[in-house]
Amino acid sequence: MIEDLKFQHSFNYAYIDEFTKKEIRRKTLKAVCIPGYQVPYSSPEMPISRGWGTGGLHLTLSLVGPDDVLKVIDQGSDASVNACNLRLFIKEMSNCAVTYDTAEATLIQTRHRVPEEILTEKQILVLQVPQPEVLRGVERHEAKTRIMHGEADYAKIWVTLYEAYVRSGTLRNGAGHPIMVNGRYVATPSPIPSWDVPNLNMARCLYLFGAGREKRIHCIPPFTCVEPLEFEDIRFKVEEFVGVRCATSGHDKAFMDQVYADDLSSSYVINDSNFLDKLRKGPRPPQKLFTNPE
Amino acid sequence: MNNNWLLRVRNLTKIYGEATPGVLERTGPKFDTNICSKTGAVVAVNNISFDLYPGEVLGVVGESGSGKSTLVQMLYFDQEVTAGEVNFKPVEEGNVNLFELSNQKKRYIRNHLMGMVYQNPRDGLNFRFTSGGNIAEKLLMANVFHVGKIRIRGADLLTKTEVPIQRMDESPARFSGGMQQRVQIAKAIANKPPLLLLDEVTSGLDVSVQAKVLDLIRGLQQDLGVSMIVVSHDLGVIRMLTDRTMVLKHGQIVEQGLTDQILQDPQHGYTQLLVSSLL
Repeated sequence: MIEDLKFQHSFNYAYIDEFTKKEIRRKTLKAVCIPGYQVPYSSPEMPISRGWGTGGLHLTLSLVGPDDVLKVIDQGSDASVNACNLRLFIKEMSNCAVTYDTAEATLIQTRHRVPEEILTEKQILVLQVPQPEVLRGVERHEAKTRIMHGEADYAKIWVTLYEAYVRSGTLRNGAGHPIMVNGRYVATPSPIPSWDVPNLNMARCLYLFGAGREKRIHCIPPFTCVEPLEFEDIRFKVEEFVGVRCATSGHDKAFMDQVYADDLSSSYVINDSNFLDKLRKGPRPPQKLFTNPE
Repeated sequence: MNNNWLLRVRNLTKIYGEATPGVLERTGPKFDTNICSKTGAVVAVNNISFDLYPGEVLGVVGESGSGKSTLVQMLYFDQEVTAGEVNFKPVEEGNVNLFELSNQKKRYIRNHLMGMVYQNPRDGLNFRFTSGGNIAEKLLMANVFHVGKIRIRGADLLTKTEVPIQRMDESPARFSGGMQQRVQIAKAIANKPPLLLLDEVTSGLDVSVQAKVLDLIRGLQQDLGVSMIVVSHDLGVIRMLTDRTMVLKHGQIVEQGLTDQILQDPQHGYTQLLVSSLL
């Protein structure tokens, strides 16, 4: 009989029940109020396992309405399996419109990239975060990292940057360069490439970060100062693509993927698929470019 | 009254367990135990008061379990105090009890005004960082955000403590015990603190390395003029380093005075025992 009852009702609008959505929205508001601070939240069960984009999904589903235009990207691409499935799921559950066009979307869920095109105040970017705790690499106890954040005790994260420089001669440690949000909390921008980090600073859109497995939400509100951690003499730098042009569009000045052919020759292609499409069709969309210091 | 003290400790007490009234009176050398007969609470440090003067080296001796390490750990905020007051001249002219300050302020004092060398290098060093990184941590805590300056200062400190600079970018896990201890000392003095706490620095090192580390500490003390509290159960270390000595038993001071005097002419029975059992 229980089984009968269970299948008599379809799912609630946008999959998550209203009370839980309310809870997620309240936690999101708290995260907006304290930029960079990780707010714990319920992280309810989803039809995908935790750690596969549930954090982003929670945020998107708690925000989405029938009038929204949704875009889902996975490492810059609208077409990856992950992006397609999440897009389909959210569309079925909320009856919203979907698009590939970055400028057209009101709500964008993304994994490991920020779109090249400048986002506006009408847009929200939701990032799926695997590990929201920037201090986890240097301190494994949650109780301690919370005290460290509370007291703004960030010497250990600075030491990792120092050591990265000593080892490799550069501050860059792959993706997810630590950032100082609003001069108070050090946060990790989820593993986005350094190329995207300057886009977070003084942006017009709202950035939400959801970590489903770790049950944390953090946020960068519009017009918030975001500085990558850097030393006075060793400065933060974005990836450089010197003398490289996109093999498909012939353009440069975008984050590139190196693509290998069967004969081991390689070419570069712009990573952001919608940006690439727009470049091929018409003029370059508005873009914020960062110049590396000498 | 001499008022130029650097560190003033008054009625410092640490009780593990229930701090019921009368627990301090029921323990101590008089009863030959630090365990309260009624509640079973352990009194690690019992009403200790002393002054430390600038440039002075104070020794703390006693057998294991007498409360020596707890004493310095409380001064370094590693352990919460049960009761007591500590004034420190560099902090608000010594007019404020350190234990009443906020955690942030305490951390500032730890990082800028004190240095600690633990018995076990693993407590004082982070073995996941290089030795240069360990020193950098202390400098970064003091807001030196310039890699060039950090490297120069790190190399300088390691030269001073006789650690080969070629091994600056290696983890201290790959160093010998004596070298680890010297890296720890370099880290402790990185910010030129006015007070250095040394907790059994030479235990576990072989005799020739012990002599080197002691030599280093004495040299640093003469060069930098820092005040030190040296905790040891080894009277040889105390004799070599300290000007003044306190003898602790069951959390209380049983005898204190000039080191030479105490070693030549011990008054308390326990001190006599300690001196006579010196090899």
